[in-house]
Amino acid sequence: MRIGVDVGGTNTDAVLIAERRVVASTKQPTSPDVSTGVTAAIGAILADAGVSAGQVSAVMIGTTHFTNALVERERLDRVGIIRLASPSGEALPPLTGWPEALARQLEGATFLLPGGYEVDGREISALDEGAVRAAALDCRAQGIRSIAVSCAFAPINAAMEDRAAQIIADAHPDASISLSHSVGRLGLIERENGTILNAALATLARHVVTSLERALAQLGITAPLYISQNDGTLISAADAARYPVLTIGSGPTNSMRGAAFLTGVDDGIVMDVGGTTCDIGVLANGYPRESSIAVDIGGVRTNFRMPDILAIGLGGGTRIHVGASGDEVTIGPDSVGFRLTQDACLFGGSTLTASDVAVAAGKADFGDAGRIPSLTPSLKSAILDRIATMLADGIDRMKTQPGDATIIAVGGGHFLIDDDLKGAARVVRPDHASVANAVGAAIAQIGAQAERIVDYDAEPRATALEQMREMLLARVAAAGATPESVEIVDMDEVFLSYLPGRSAQLRMKAVGSLADDMKRADAPLSETPHVY
Amino acid sequence: MYIDHATELQDLARGAAFLGSGGGGDPYYSLLLAEAALARRGRFELIPLSEVADDALLAPCGWIGAPTVSVEKLPNGGEAVTGLRRLEEIMGKRIDAVLPIEIGGGNGLAPFIAAAELGIPVVDCDGMGRAFPESQMAIFNIRGLSACPSVLTAADGSLSVIETGDNLTHERIARALAVSLGGIAHMVEYPLSGAEAKAHAVPGSVSAAIAVGRAIREARAVGVDPFDALGQALEATGLYPHCLSLFDGKIVDLERETRGGFSVGKVTIDGFGGGGRMEIEFQNENLVAESDGKILAMVPDIITVMDRDTADTITTEKLKYGQRVKVIAAASPAILRDPHALSFVGPRAFGMEFDFAAVETLNLTEKA
Repeated sequence: MRIGVDVGGTNTDAVLIAERRVVASTKQPTSPDVSTGVTAAIGAILADAGVSAGQVSAVMIGTTHFTNALVERERLDRVGIIRLASPSGEALPPLTGWPEALARQLEGATFLLPGGYEVDGREISALDEGAVRAAALDCRAQGIRSIAVSCAFAPINAAMEDRAAQIIADAHPDASISLSHSVGRLGLIERENGTILNAALATLARHVVTSLERALAQLGITAPLYISQNDGTLISAADAARYPVLTIGSGPTNSMRGAAFLTGVDDGIVMDVGGTTCDIGVLANGYPRESSIAVDIGGVRTNFRMPDILAIGLGGGTRIHVGASGDEVTIGPDSVGFRLTQDACLFGGSTLTASDVAVAAGKADFGDAGRIPSLTPSLKSAILDRIATMLADGIDRMKTQPGDATIIAVGGGHFLIDDDLKGAARVVRPDHASVANAVGAAIAQIGAQAERIVDYDAEPRATALEQMREMLLARVAAAGATPESVEIVDMDEVFLSYLPGRSAQLRMKAVGSLADDMKRADAPLSETPHVY
Repeated sequence: MYIDHATELQDLARGAAFLGSGGGGDPYYSLLLAEAALARRGRFELIPLSEVADDALLAPCGWIGAPTVSVEKLPNGGEAVTGLRRLEEIMGKRIDAVLPIEIGGGNGLAPFIAAAELGIPVVDCDGMGRAFPESQMAIFNIRGLSACPSVLTAADGSLSVIETGDNLTHERIARALAVSLGGIAHMVEYPLSGAEAKAHAVPGSVSAAIAVGRAIREARAVGVDPFDALGQALEATGLYPHCLSLFDGKIVDLERETRGGFSVGKVTIDGFGGGGRMEIEFQNENLVAESDGKILAMVPDIITVMDRDTADTITTEKLKYGQRVKVIAAASPAILRDPHALSFVGPRAFGMEFDFAAVETLNLTEKA
């Protein structure tokens, strides 16, 4: 049996899953220290299901805690920043483009040192081991205990970063060391930014992970603890303590994967209708389609992979504006948001919202329908038509396959989505949708990604693909997945522009299931990955 | 005029990305460099081409190589100055001002680092009016000027002077050098006099890019359609007299391959609500946009795929399945459209088997 937990800003949700079914679920308030709320939530579902701690095979936690720390700029470490690329890159030192206050808060010391690789694998310059050692000693003398190391082309060759880490660990044994190849993709500035943010979270991450482990121990749970990553796969608690930044975007991914699991729909469109917006995302092979837009975290540009979400301004609290003539209708974009239960007409307020119209039309039943101002049938249908059009437009914008799509409707405002919505082949409304995030955490798999720039004139394409595939399969299996479950789920190949020859940037991602009581966390993934 | 604020450089970056026609690379790193240079220097002077003295020595600057490489192998910062100093030695004369070899993409911001280091102005003009893949596609070659002496420099301080009899050979040598220098290098080429620049350069393209970027920014800030604002700003420059929104849809297919040693591909965009289909062929830049069997725009006119919500340009390397986009086309500067220029930068120069037709003409017949 698995436990999935989602620690949000307000609520901590937990689910217990056995044999692909949700056995118990709960919502508890999030505690400032994270672990108290998690203990309460897990304790509640174990008691509810009458399950003993010893029957739990794994615990998966998704948390927004680290994101909040970065956004609120609290409890962050000062960072020693080492870049291995000189003489390249000196014109763009670390922290370029950062909000000034955050840069000042985080920068302990910066060292631009010789090192780095060229695109063809040669060294830009040799690693100066003495200079790395001196930098580590300098950090130690200044009391800087978090060190971020970034090296040009490290995602393709990590050797220099690994060697630098050994040298730093020898010279400064107390240091937490963050290496860029473990954090991000090609794009040195964005990857270095992510590495520095990761280093800034080092103390907090150790503290949070330790307290979560202690909470599980107190509950008598000895099963392994995993943390959700941005892409919906898991890392061990030990890895999360070292690389917390990899977990900061797990929320929307877990929500969509949870929706897929709860409905058995692997390819479709998830529409999460909240109070203010409807967030629309596309599921392909059970995973969210990824966005290609640079991700801004606390004002810092990174290149993490996040789901492609289209937010349209329509939720349960969206205000309906009726013009003076009585036939002019505008939907939102303003919303009463969390004040729905005070401001909406059906809760005794005076603001006409999408929820009021839905209840008046019999699409939902809550609040006091008697308090909703009477709307003429033509006005009512005009409003509902407009809402349906907005939702149908949203589907149309996101879907990339011809024909109607399967729609998974979740969120408190899911009643705004009609069963016969245009563009919908069918609308599925899962049970337990309110804890989809925790479900998404519980069903997550082990994953790994790799990236190379390959010159196909020097190395045949088939060989390069096979080599990367083998390497990824081995890595996922080594991280705890059963070898027969590991598959390549995504591949991306972009040829280098403005250079002669046949060099391509090649990316691949593999996932596999954990070897616990879940036979397969997901329906089978397609055999052939998409090649774009 | 003076560029005093990072906001204006950001406007320039946004506008230059649009004028890149999908090529020239994402200007983000060039923008960071220019912002750092602005912080050091205080402000940049951007002078109109008409104010340049006839006997002034001008140096077009830019980076040659792969944008994908340039995001890992970052500049040292000394490349441009090293190259310009050597060019001064060769010419026996001080360089009076710099300009971008191409306004489109990251190179639109390239001369600002040099301008900061040498304390000289940037001239409001460029050599391509957009982005092109090869050096001999510059208007200066089309008009018979020599690219040489040109100076190629790299982050490690290495420097190569290229002297060739013709500009095609110059391009081949420069490209090979860029590869052996790690896939990206700085190049100063086509040194020219003020009189030559006035006769041949694309005038006003830097300020046009700034105007486009500013229009998009201001439209976003007040919540009006950034594409309308872009079109109005572009047409108001006079340099790009027509701007059209060709298509609105989502990317449903993407093919990439290499052909003749260049990254080529095709992107397929389906209209919303079953509103037709557009296919765009690209070779580094977007070259031809076709909808339902009819060509709607072609090189050297500008064809740019943009995020339909933010009006951010999506370069051809960044195109991805599922993106929601608008396709915007703009008439290229007139000097790229005469028959002689088209033999260098028209569709046949890119291996297409048809003659150039102007975007405004192609879409006029569509509407009629």
